[in-house]
Amino acid sequence: MIVLDADISVKVHKAVQDAIQKYGASDDELIPILIHINHDLGYLPSQALEELSVIFKKPKSKIFSVASFYGMLSTTPVGRHVIRFCESAPCHVVGGRVVFQALIDVLKINPGETSKDGKWTLLTTSCLGICAVGPAFIVDDDIYGNVAPAQVQTILARYE
Amino acid sequence: MKTARSMVLVSADPESIRRGSEKIYSTFQEELSQLGLQDEISLSWLSDSGRHNALPMVVIYPEAVIYGPITPEDVPYIVEEHLNKGRIASSLVAPIHELSGRIAWLSSRKGTLPAEKRIVLERAGIINPEDVQDYILHNGYKALGKVLITMNPLDVLNEVDASGLKGRGGAGFPTGQKWRFVSKATSNKKYVICNADESEPGTFKDRLVLEGDPHSIIEAMAIAGYAVGADEGYIYIRGEYALAQERMRLAISQAQELGLLGDNIFNSGFNFNIHVHSGAGAYICGEETALIESIEGKRGEPRSRPPYPTTNGLWKKPTLVNNVETLANIPAIIRKGASWYRSIGTPKSPGTKVYTILGNVNATGLIEVQMGITLREVITIYAHGMKGNSTFKLAQTGGSSGSIIPASLQDTPMDFESFNKAGVALGSGALLICNEDTCIVDLCKVLVNFFKNESCGKCNPCRIGNDRAYQILSNIAEGVGTMQDMKDLESIEMYLYQMSNCGLGQTAGTPIKDTLSHFRAEVEAHIKLKICPTGVCRMSGHKVN
Ligand SMILES: Cc1cc2nc3c(=O)[nH]c(=O)nc-3n(C[C@H](O)[C@H](O)[C@H](O)COP(=O)(O)O)c2cc1C
Ligand code: FES
Repeated sequence: MIVLDADISVKVHKAVQDAIQKYGASDDELIPILIHINHDLGYLPSQALEELSVIFKKPKSKIFSVASFYGMLSTTPVGRHVIRFCESAPCHVVGGRVVFQALIDVLKINPGETSKDGKWTLLTTSCLGICAVGPAFIVDDDIYGNVAPAQVQTILARYE
Repeated sequence: MKTARSMVLVSADPESIRRGSEKIYSTFQEELSQLGLQDEISLSWLSDSGRHNALPMVVIYPEAVIYGPITPEDVPYIVEEHLNKGRIASSLVAPIHELSGRIAWLSSRKGTLPAEKRIVLERAGIINPEDVQDYILHNGYKALGKVLITMNPLDVLNEVDASGLKGRGGAGFPTGQKWRFVSKATSNKKYVICNADESEPGTFKDRLVLEGDPHSIIEAMAIAGYAVGADEGYIYIRGEYALAQERMRLAISQAQELGLLGDNIFNSGFNFNIHVHSGAGAYICGEETALIESIEGKRGEPRSRPPYPTTNGLWKKPTLVNNVETLANIPAIIRKGASWYRSIGTPKSPGTKVYTILGNVNATGLIEVQMGITLREVITIYAHGMKGNSTFKLAQTGGSSGSIIPASLQDTPMDFESFNKAGVALGSGALLICNEDTCIVDLCKVLVNFFKNESCGKCNPCRIGNDRAYQILSNIAEGVGTMQDMKDLESIEMYLYQMSNCGLGQTAGTPIKDTLSHFRAEVEAHIKLKICPTGVCRMSGHKVN
C-alpha cells in the first residue's frame, strides 16, 4: 500500500489534537503531550512540533529543544519495534555485555541504527529500574529480565 | 470490608504476568468458587516483591507460606491441600535461597532469617495497592487525621525535626529543617513535590513504594502540605515506571472520592490536591531544580542556586522537594512519635534504610534494615554470600555517583556519619557487589559512560570532562593508555568536582577518584604491562578517538 503524504499529515494532526484534548495546552502539560504523540506515532514528526509551536505560542525551536532533550522522545523516525538495552553497571557486571553482543549479532545492526527493513531500532539506555533481574532490556513496552544470550533469538521472534 | 479466613496473593509484576500469572489468578477464582470458598478466602494481586527467581509466586496468609514458581496446573492442588485441608503443600514451597526482599522478610518472621525492620515498606506487598480500604485497615490515613484534628503546623514541624529524619534522596539533608525553610517562606502559594524520578542505576526502592503502597505517599504529601502551608502537590515519576504512574493516579482518585484529598479535608479547612507528572527519560531530572524545570515544560537543565527551591521553586513559588522514601517515613513518625523513630537506627542517623542488593551474590533484591548495618553483614546474611563462593572485591554504593568501596572497608557501619568519615557516600542505597572477576577499568568506564550520556550538556566541565574521561578509560581498556592518562584523569576528576554547575558533574568524578586511590596497581597493569588482570578488557591495541 502506498501511503499518501496527505494521509500522514492527517494522522499527525489527529495525534496532536488528541493529546491537546486529553491534557489541555498549559506549559506543565507540554512533556506529557509530547510523550502521548510520540507513543501514538512512534516519533515526533516535524509537523507535530510545528503545530505545537502554534498552539503553545512558542518558537518551534523551543519545542524542538524540549523534544530532543528527553530519552523517551525521538525526533527522527524509528523502526516498528524499538529495543532499549540497559547499559548501566548493575546489568553490566552480571553479563550484560554478552547479551548486548548477542542482540547485535542477531539484528545485524549497531546501537543507534534501524534495520534496513524498518523492523528494528536498537538503542542503549541507562538503568531501567529492574536491576534485580539484570541483564535487562525492553522491546516497545515489554520488559525482559534475566536474559541469557541464547534467549535473544526466541524473544525477538515474538515480534512481527 | 469483610474479613476473610485466608488471603491469597498472586504476583503481578511484569515478569509474572508474562509467565502466566493471570491464568493462575483466574484458576484460583474458578477453584475457590467451585468449592464455595469465595467468601471465606480473599484473592488479590501481590505487587512487586522485589524478588524474581521464584515467579510467578503465590503467598497465602495468615501462614505467610510462599509458593513458587507456580503454574496454573498447580492451583487445584494448592487449593485442595492448603485452603481446604489446611496442610502446607510443601512440594511447591519456594526454596528459601530464592527469596529476599519483602518475601524474605515474611520468611524471617517465621524464624529462618534475621528480621528486617520495615517502616517504609511496611505495607508494600501485604496490602492490595489498588484498594484504599485495605490501606485504611492497615493504619492508613490515621496520621493525616491526627495531624489535621489534633496538631497545628508548628507541632508537625517540631515532631519531624525531633525525629532526626534525613532525606533519602541522596544528600541526607535534615528533613525537618527543610520543611521549616519552606514554612517560613512567605507566599500565597506553595508546592510540595515528591521526587520519584529514581534513575540512579541500581535503585528501584521508590518503585516498590509507589507500586505497593501508593496511599502512603499521598498521606505524607498532605501532611507535608499542612506543615509548610502548601495546597498543591506534584509527584514526578520517571517515564519508565508506567505501573507506578497508573497505581498513583488510581490512588489519588480514590483518596479524592473519600475526601482524603480535595477541599476542607476532615472538616479542617485544609485543602490539598496532587498531580502525577511523568518524566520522559532523563536522569538529570532527579536533581530537584531540573525536575522543576521539567514540570514547567522545559529542558531538564538544573538552575543556578541560590535561590533554592525552598524560596524559589515551581513557578517561582516556595517548594518542598522530598524523595519517596523520605516521605514514606512520615506517617509512621506522626503515628508513633519521634522518640519511637529515634529508637531505631543510630543516634545520628535514625530510622531504617532501604537497600537494593545487586551483582555477584546469591540473592539479589531489596531489604529494609536499621541504619548502621555493615556491608559484610549485608553480603553474608541477606545476600546469602558471594555467588559460587567467589571472593568479594568491591562494592559500589548509591548508584553511579556513589563510592567504590574496597574490601578493606566492608566493616564500616552504613550510616551517613560513618560513611562520611570513611570518605565514602551512602547515596541512594544501591549496593552493587562485585567479585574478583570484575575489572576496575571496565567498571569505571561503564560508570563514566553513564555520566557522559546523562550530562544535560549545559555546563562545559561536565559535558566535555565526562566525554574525555570516557575516551581515556577506553584507551586504557584497549591497551593503549599512557601514564600521562592517569594524570589527566586526576585533573579531570578535580575539574569536574570544582567547576560543574550541579550535583551530577560534581560527583561524576567519584568513580575515577576511587579507582585511582584504591585500585591504582590494577590500572597501571593495563598501562605498563598491557594486560588486564581479570581478562575482561579487550586490549586490542586500537586507539579510540
Ligand atoms: C544528578 C542528580 C540526580 C538526582 N536524582 C534523584 C532522584 O532520582 N530521586 C531523588 O529523590 N533525589 C534525587 N536527587 C536529589 C535531589 O536533588 C534532592 O536533593 C532530593 O530529591 C531531596 O529529597 P530528600 O531531602 O528527601 O532527600 C538527585 C540529585 C542529583 C544531583
Ligand atoms: S542496571 Fe539495568 S535495569 Fe538497572
